[in-house]
Amino acid sequence: MPAVQETVEQVRRIDVDQYKYGFVTDIESDKAPKGLSEDTVRFISAKKDEPEWMLAWRLDAYRHWLTMREPRWSRVDYPQIDYQDLYYYSAPKRKAGPKSLDEIDPEILKTYAKLGIPLREQEILAGVEREGTYSRVAVDAVFDSVSVATTFKEELKKAGVIFLPISEAIKQHPDLVRKYLGSVVPVTDNFFATLNSAVFSDGSFVYVPEGVRCPMELSTYFRINEKNTGQFERTLIIADKGSYVSYLEGCTAPMRDENQLHAAVVELVALDDAEIKYSTVQNWYPGDAEGRGGIYNFVTKRGDCRGRNSKISWTQVETGSAITWKYPSCILRGDNSRGEFYSIAISNGRQQVDSGTKMLHLGKNSSSRIISKGIAAGKSNNTYRGLVSAHRKATGARNFTNCDSLLIGDHCGAHTVPYIEAKNASTVFEHEATTSKISDAQLFYCRQRGLSAEEAVALIVNGFVKDVLQQLPMEFAVEAQKLISISLEGSVG
Amino acid sequence: MPMLEVENLHVEIEGRKILEGLSLAVNAGEIHAIMGPNGSGKSTLAYVLAGKQEYEVTQGRVLFEGEDMLAMEPDERAAKGLFLAFQYPLEIPGVTGMNFLRTAINAQRKKRGEPELAIPDFMKRLREVAKRLGIEPEMLRRAVNVGFSGGEKKRNEILQMALLEPKLCVLDETDSGLDIDALKIVADGVNRLRSPDRASIVITHYQRLLNYIVPDVVHVLSKGRIVKTGGKDLALELEARGYTEYQTEAA
Repeated sequence: MPAVQETVEQVRRIDVDQYKYGFVTDIESDKAPKGLSEDTVRFISAKKDEPEWMLAWRLDAYRHWLTMREPRWSRVDYPQIDYQDLYYYSAPKRKAGPKSLDEIDPEILKTYAKLGIPLREQEILAGVEREGTYSRVAVDAVFDSVSVATTFKEELKKAGVIFLPISEAIKQHPDLVRKYLGSVVPVTDNFFATLNSAVFSDGSFVYVPEGVRCPMELSTYFRINEKNTGQFERTLIIADKGSYVSYLEGCTAPMRDENQLHAAVVELVALDDAEIKYSTVQNWYPGDAEGRGGIYNFVTKRGDCRGRNSKISWTQVETGSAITWKYPSCILRGDNSRGEFYSIAISNGRQQVDSGTKMLHLGKNSSSRIISKGIAAGKSNNTYRGLVSAHRKATGARNFTNCDSLLIGDHCGAHTVPYIEAKNASTVFEHEATTSKISDAQLFYCRQRGLSAEEAVALIVNGFVKDVLQQLPMEFAVEAQKLISISLEGSVG
Repeated sequence: MPMLEVENLHVEIEGRKILEGLSLAVNAGEIHAIMGPNGSGKSTLAYVLAGKQEYEVTQGRVLFEGEDMLAMEPDERAAKGLFLAFQYPLEIPGVTGMNFLRTAINAQRKKRGEPELAIPDFMKRLREVAKRLGIEPEMLRRAVNVGFSGGEKKRNEILQMALLEPKLCVLDETDSGLDIDALKIVADGVNRLRSPDRASIVITHYQRLLNYIVPDVVHVLSKGRIVKTGGKDLALELEARGYTEYQTEAA
């Protein structure tokens, strides 16, 4: 059975009554002392056996972070986070670096099995050809901060694609990392990104050389496992001239009582004629019915269309987290560059979502497209916040934005906060927005045809988000569709 | 035992009495026409049979094949074989007719403990039914009822009905606003489903549809009650004389 098919099967088996991923794997971990100080930063850097320049970079970030204040402009409400009450590093204990799956803690593999992550490493390393139409997926699995298994390495190597945990890339490809790390999201960018720069644990690094079309979809599954551990993933993807890469990020986390802080940074760089497609399905624990527990997700994702004719496309399906603060953006620096943002954000229970994008047009004839579908159910709040701007030199810049909100029930809220700044006369920006509600009549119509209330809501919502689902790679689309149904459980009385 | 038994049904919506002691028995194999002036409760009867929430049943009972239908959820009633062709079919943006129908048919099969219909089998059945009814399958690639003309919406209802093969079809003024060609398609759809183990209730304001669907029984509904029951000639009589006498009689 193809690995991806297996994932799909696993997803189908998801028990829809509750958040199934709420289990804890009991493995010994290697923790930094609680709290944040220069010592914590040094501890992390030492644990990773990092070169001096990396430590200096982290310390710079830490010192700057001390001068910063947590942003409060978003439409989310949460108690003050005590940054001294968190662990900033936690790694599964192991002797040397794993050479194959055999060397990996069986507990970890079991966890992945529960998640349905296709780690068919032996088969893959043996070069077994996959049947059917599913494309191949390479997985760089991140288990509580440290990448424990990387598949498809050999084949990627042949193509010249570098796909490594960033901690490895720092050692093996320091020139590339130094050149690009922080070049899209500077160390001083914002409170959470700066915090990440100081204490980031691990993440993925991808470099696609000039003219190479990456032979498979690259994929990382994140998982938060250790109690009270902030997760600070750092991802850096560089598509050199004329190259193409599609990257999939999928996330699930176990159930927790305490709120967990997550502040990732993702940087994308596309040079001349290069294209990066970045897709996310985010399914973290959203908290219980009263809003207790759940992940705080403060993410900085930004792509730089640095070269001419470059293209970056973000697609996201956000169903989890108690709080989502996330604005995957594109800097359209190159002439004729293109940015895209396709988003489905679903909130239920007491979830709070403040998400959107920024399209910053700097290059001539740069274009962008934003399709955002927000769905609010339960007592949740769902805000789209977006900025589209054209620099005075960005002649011929074009943007099309479509923001639709769907409300389910009477206790949720949908908000749209678009900012549009055009600084030259040749700019063409279009903005469309709608807000609608699933009507009782619509539900009744579906139920009269035999659908249960929840099946009816899922069908209507899937219709509503169709434009975005179509942007996802096929295997993700199936998963996403299922997740949408699961996350809307209990949204109709 | 009749397939459907409505006994002394009293229904209110927002405190307003709509049905006041309606009784009706429909046997398998029969087509009943329910006629009556506007506001007599015709659509309310259709909605109550299908289980629309806003309507409150204050008295009486409804048995479907001997089972208490009022205790069932709308989707359970559908799975048992009740189909309502809506007077105003609803739009479902982004969901193709094909996907909608497949979801519906499999939801019903699941509730009945039958296996799901595989895509090729479903497609085959759909093509057959569409062809029989003279409906372009192209319509099923479009989102359900979105941008459909009045006639297309009604034809779509009949297509759904033909595919779902219900035991009891309730058509709520399906003829309203239809030209003669669309009317024939609707009538054809109903007539083709006619069989000894099925029944239909055709709710209409006009006699016109009954030229094409010949009913076994005609009821006149007025002020929430059935005030007269007869054979198919009753419809012609109504057409000629209007509803006036029934309205005053009931008042």
